[in-house]
Amino acid sequence: MNHELPKWVDYGLIPFLNLVTAFLGAGLVVLIVGENPLEAAYLLVHGAFGKGPGIGYTLFYATNFIFTGLSVAVAIHCGLFNIGSEGQAYIGGIGVATACLALDRFVPWYITFPLAIAGAALFGAAWALIPAWLQAKRGSHVVITTIMFNFIASALMVYMLVEVFKPAGSMAPETRTFEAGAHLPKMDWFFEIFGSKLGGAPFNITFLLALLSCYLVWVLIWRTKLGYEIRTTGTNPKAAVYAGIPYVKTIVIAMLISGALAGMMALNPIMGDQYRLQEGFPAGAGFVGIAVSLMGRNHPVGIILAAILFGMLWQGGAELAFDMPNISRDMIVVIQGLVILFAGALEHMYRPALSRFFAKDPASTVAMSKPTQGEGA
Amino acid sequence: MSGNNGNPAADAREPAIELRGISKAFGPVQANKDIDLRVAKGSIHGIIGENGAGKSTLMSILYGFYQADKGDILINDKVLKISDSQAAIAAGIGMVHQHFMLVENFTVLENIILGAEGGSILNRAVTNAEKELERIEREYALEVNPDTLIEELPVGLQQRVEILKALYRGAEILILDEPTGVLTPAEADHLFRILQQLKEQGKTIILITHKLREIMAITDSVSVMRRGEMVATRETAKTSVEELAELMVGRRVLLQVDKKPAKPGDVKLSIENLTVKDGRGVTMVENVSLNVRAGEIVGIAGVAGNGQSELLEAIAGIRRAKSGKVILDGKPIGVTSKVDPGMLRDQGLAHVPEDRHHMGLVLPFEENENSILGYHDRPEYLKGPLLQIDAIRDDAKKKIEQYDIRPPNCRLKTANFSGGNQQKIVLAREMERDPVVLLVGQPTRGVDVGAIEFIHKRIIEMRDQGKAILLVSVELDEIRSLADRVLVMFAGRVVGERSPDTSEGELGLLMAGVEDSKETAA
Repeated sequence: MNHELPKWVDYGLIPFLNLVTAFLGAGLVVLIVGENPLEAAYLLVHGAFGKGPGIGYTLFYATNFIFTGLSVAVAIHCGLFNIGSEGQAYIGGIGVATACLALDRFVPWYITFPLAIAGAALFGAAWALIPAWLQAKRGSHVVITTIMFNFIASALMVYMLVEVFKPAGSMAPETRTFEAGAHLPKMDWFFEIFGSKLGGAPFNITFLLALLSCYLVWVLIWRTKLGYEIRTTGTNPKAAVYAGIPYVKTIVIAMLISGALAGMMALNPIMGDQYRLQEGFPAGAGFVGIAVSLMGRNHPVGIILAAILFGMLWQGGAELAFDMPNISRDMIVVIQGLVILFAGALEHMYRPALSRFFAKDPASTVAMSKPTQGEGA
Repeated sequence: MSGNNGNPAADAREPAIELRGISKAFGPVQANKDIDLRVAKGSIHGIIGENGAGKSTLMSILYGFYQADKGDILINDKVLKISDSQAAIAAGIGMVHQHFMLVENFTVLENIILGAEGGSILNRAVTNAEKELERIEREYALEVNPDTLIEELPVGLQQRVEILKALYRGAEILILDEPTGVLTPAEADHLFRILQQLKEQGKTIILITHKLREIMAITDSVSVMRRGEMVATRETAKTSVEELAELMVGRRVLLQVDKKPAKPGDVKLSIENLTVKDGRGVTMVENVSLNVRAGEIVGIAGVAGNGQSELLEAIAGIRRAKSGKVILDGKPIGVTSKVDPGMLRDQGLAHVPEDRHHMGLVLPFEENENSILGYHDRPEYLKGPLLQIDAIRDDAKKKIEQYDIRPPNCRLKTANFSGGNQQKIVLAREMERDPVVLLVGQPTRGVDVGAIEFIHKRIIEMRDQGKAILLVSVELDEIRSLADRVLVMFAGRVVGERSPDTSEGELGLLMAGVEDSKETAA
C-alpha cells in the first residue's frame, strides 16, 4: 500500500518532476544531434503558444487528446485498461462520415453535428462492446483484446474506404469532400476576444463539446449511481460483489462509455479540419490519451491540462522540425515518446522516494505496509 | 494462571533453536511479546495457539520475513541475525508454508531448484539437481516423479515437494505451518510418518498447528501461545488434551456484557442441509442446518478455516451453494442458483462481513461513500441517476455521531480511520437499516478494546429489538458473552450445540475436532 501523499505533491509535484525529467531526456537527444537544447525548447514553446495560429493548432490537437484521455480515464475508474481508444476513435469516424455524407447537402451544420455526435459515439461504443463482453463474461484481458481490435479497425477502415466510401473514379482511399452542411464553425471569435487571429488553424467548436464532455464525465464518475458502481468495481471488486453491484453490466457499460468518448474524437479532424474521412486520421491520439489520462490523474481537469501539454508538443514539435533542419520529423516523435514514457509509463518512478520523504509518521507506514500480520496463524 | 514456564527436563538436550525475549509490534498491535523458546535438536516441537495468537508472526521472524523489534535468535548456540529468507536458508532453516509456494506449471524439479539454480545456464544445474534430488528422495523415502507438473499432483504430494525443496537447500530445521490444513486424514497420517522419519535422521521439526490431536500424536514437546505470549511449554507425554485446550483458550475474565435473557420469537433465518464448495471443488460447508429466531443471537464458534466464512458468504448471496435451502423471513432464497446480495438486502438481510478491508469497505473512498455501500440504490440517496450528495453526507454525519466514529469527518478517506472506527462505519451502515436478519462476521477483529465494548453493546441492542442475529467469531470469549446458543463448526460441519455457559475447555475440545459424545440438537 502506498503511503498517503499530500495532494499538492500527487497532483502538482510528481507531474512536474516527470515533465522535467522528460525534457532533460529530450534535451540530451537534441544535444546529441548537434543542436542547442535551449533554443530547441524556445522554438517548441514559441511554435505552440507564440502566435494565434500556433495556439489554434495546439488547442485543436488538445481537443483530440481530451476525448481519448477521457475515454481511457472512464475505463480506468472501472479497473480496465482500455488500449483500444485508437481503434474506437477510428471506427467512430465511420459513424461521423455516414452522418455527414447523408446530410451535408441538405441541412445546415447544426443539424448534422448532433447526428454526427450520435454516430461517432455509437460506432466507438460498438467497437468497445466485444472486448468489454469478453472481459466481463470470459475474463479475456481487455488490454489484449482492445489491442487486437485496433488492428481489426485498421483493416476494416481500409475496406470501408476502398469498397464503400470511395467515390467512383477516385484513386484515393477516402470519402468525397463534405459540403458546407458538414463543416463545423471555427472558433475564430474566441481568438478575437483576445485580439489575436486564428489564421488557418482548424480550431473549431468540437473543443466546446470536449469541455462539456469533461463536465459530464465528472458528473458521471462522482455524482451518479452508475459512477459509484463503476468506481467500486474498479477499486475493490470483492466489495462490489458484496454490495450487489452487477459485475458484467458495470464492466460493459463502462467500456461502452469509454468507446463512445474515444469515438467522438473523430468529429474534430473529420468535421473540423479535413472535411472527409481519410485513412489513419486518429494519428496516435488514442495512445496519447493513455498518457494524458495518467498524467491528469484520471480527472477531467487534469486531463484538460495534460491534453493541452501534449497539444503543445504536437504543434511545437512540428514547428521545431521546420525550423531546425537537423531535427527531423522522426526526432520529434522521439521527443514526444520520451514525454509519454516519463509522464505515462514511468508515472510512478518518483513516488516511492517522495513517499518516504513525505512520510510524516514512520511507525504508521510500517503498520500500513504489513497489514496481514496475525492472519492465518 | 496455570501457564507456568518451567523448562521440562527433556529440553536439557542441546537446543537447535533458541529464542530469547523476541518482541514484535505492528503499530499498536503487539503480535509477539517477550517470547522465549528452546527447541531441542532432533525433536518435534509443536507450537499451538488460537488464530491470531502470534504463531505465524513468530515463525516469520525466524524465517526472516519480519525483523524482531527486540530479542535474539540462537541457532546451534550462536546468535544469528536473520535479515531475510536467504539468511534463514543459510542457517539451515527450511519452511513449509501453509499455502504452498510452488509454480503450478513448472515441473517438480524446476520448482525444487527455483532460487537455487546456481548459474545462468540451467543445463548443468538441472543435471546436478537431478542427482541430488534422487539421493534425497532415496535417503528420506520421499518419492515424487521429478518431471511431473505441480498442477498434476495431489495436494499431499505438492506438500512433499515443499519438504523436498527445503531439504534440497540443506535444511536441518524444518518449520511446518499448519501442514495438515489442506490434507485428507490419510495424507496427514502419511505426513506424520515422514516427519517421524526425518526426526530419526536428526532433523529438528517445528510444527505449528491449532489441532490438539496432531500435537498429541506426533510431538515430543509443545509450547502454547496466547495473545502474542508464550504461556507454557510442556512435554507432550506429560500433558493432556484438556490441559492444552485450557492453556490455549486461557482463563481470561469474560468481557462482561449486560445482557437480559433472550426472548426468542419466530424463526427468521432457517438453513437446511447447506453444502458449499470452494473454487477447487473442496467441500467447505457440509450439510449444515440451523435456525435463528427473532430476538436471539446464535453464535458459531470454531477455529478459522472450518467453513464459517463460506457459510456466511453463502447465506449472504456472495458465494453460490452446492445444495441446500435457506429461508429468510419465511421466503426461500435461491442460494444454489441465482442469488444477488442486493436482492437479499432488500428482503431485510444485513451483513457485516468478516473481512472489512477486502469486502466491507472500499478503502480509498470517502467515509460517506462507504456509508452507503450496498444501499447506494435506495431512493433517499438518489434523484434519477444522480446521487444526492447532501443527503448522503448528512446521513453519514448522523451515523458518525450515533456510533461515535472518530475523527468525525465524513469526507476523510476511509483508509485513514483506525480499525475500530472502520468497523463502526460498517456496523452503522448495516445496523441502521432495520434489518430482519443480521449476519455478523468477526465483529471485533483488529478492533481496539474501547470499541469492542461499544460494538458488543450494539449487537445486544439489536437482539433486544427483535432482530435475528447470526454471529461468527473465532474469539471464543466473544461468542460466549454475546450468543444465546453456541454452535461449533469443525471441518465444515456443525459438530455440536452448547449453551454459552459451557466451559471453555469443553468448547475448545469441540473446536479442535474431538468428537462430540453428547447428542447434537440442531
